[in-house]
Amino acid sequence: MHELSICRSISDIVVRHAAGRPVRIVHVRVGALRQIVPDTLVYCWSLVSADTALAGSQLCVDSVPAAIRCIPCEHVTTLSEPLICCSRCGGHDIEVVAGEEFLITSLDLAEV
Amino acid sequence: MGRFHRHDDGHEHGQGHGHGHGHSDLGDHSGYRTGGERIEVLERIFDENDHTAAANRADFDSAGVTAINVMSSPGAGKTSLLAAALRILTETRVGIVEGDIETSIDADRLSGLGATISLLNTANGFGGECHLDAPMVRSALSKLDLTALDLLLIENVGNLVCPAEFSVGEHARAMVYSVTEGEEKPLKYPVMFRSADLILVNKVDLLPHLDYDIDIFFRNLRAVNPTAAVLETSTRTGRGVADFCDWLRTRCTPDPEGSAAARGDTTARSQP
Repeated sequence: MHELSICRSISDIVVRHAAGRPVRIVHVRVGALRQIVPDTLVYCWSLVSADTALAGSQLCVDSVPAAIRCIPCEHVTTLSEPLICCSRCGGHDIEVVAGEEFLITSLDLAEV
Repeated sequence: MGRFHRHDDGHEHGQGHGHGHGHSDLGDHSGYRTGGERIEVLERIFDENDHTAAANRADFDSAGVTAINVMSSPGAGKTSLLAAALRILTETRVGIVEGDIETSIDADRLSGLGATISLLNTANGFGGECHLDAPMVRSALSKLDLTALDLLLIENVGNLVCPAEFSVGEHARAMVYSVTEGEEKPLKYPVMFRSADLILVNKVDLLPHLDYDIDIFFRNLRAVNPTAAVLETSTRTGRGVADFCDWLRTRCTPDPEGSAAARGDTTARSQP
């Protein structure tokens, strides 16, 4: 349940960027290689944002699939399960090219 | 057009479909738009933790201390293994940050073995966290004289999920996995297994009594982490404990190249 403390971090960042303006939607991007459950994150957001200036705002999670690039054969594999292995040559000498993202991308402000 | 309108058809915002405000490609997959302004943030959520982790790391480096983050599920045998290692590492000046949600039981088990211990109860003022993060470790460092240490072992809270996400400024991560946990655990907790530089496969003395196929475990482990060092250990028989100590001593040896990468740099792990 580290989603709760993560939501506190998100809240701090959102408050700083919003600078007092009302926020309607917080867009976050979460890579598949993160140990983060989007539904839990959204639930924890409702708890953390309640009774604050962000109460009623939505957390919108953009999930990014994991992808790896094989260093010898340069093939890029998008992973459907966390098996770190090139789908073309079966090699393990790879680099992760997507799936480790965890950031706030943008805020939609409410009309005032 | 209502205040909310959805783009459930998945069409692209092309020319002639402007909303009169900036439209970044980044993060806009919700399908929700209104007349409200969108502001771009692009800030990593772990930035604050990572800044503190970098400060911890700088303190370790300036004091010449090698810091190892030791992680596992509850009951895998972290504390017993560390106690066994402390009995061998008599020439190494060791400090321990002992993370536990409640009680000083683990810290008590490690006392009297020559190490300086800083206990960090995460339920005491930290909201009962299930992991150590960089600010918590920073607060524990204030109780340790880093210049009097060669090695700092940070015993994380027993948990296979959360600690993997939080860098605390360590140079390397060691994970204790016990064979009683089952062969499939690397596939169920890939983030943790993938983040480790050393996997200690513990309680191997129990193998004759278990319906457990260690080859299946290794196959699963290599599927998620092809490169981690692996040691089979048992604190009951002492198997592998000396090898673990050798691994720790090697990490403490000053690197002639001065290269953090050669010692296993993990602080960049939560970079996107």
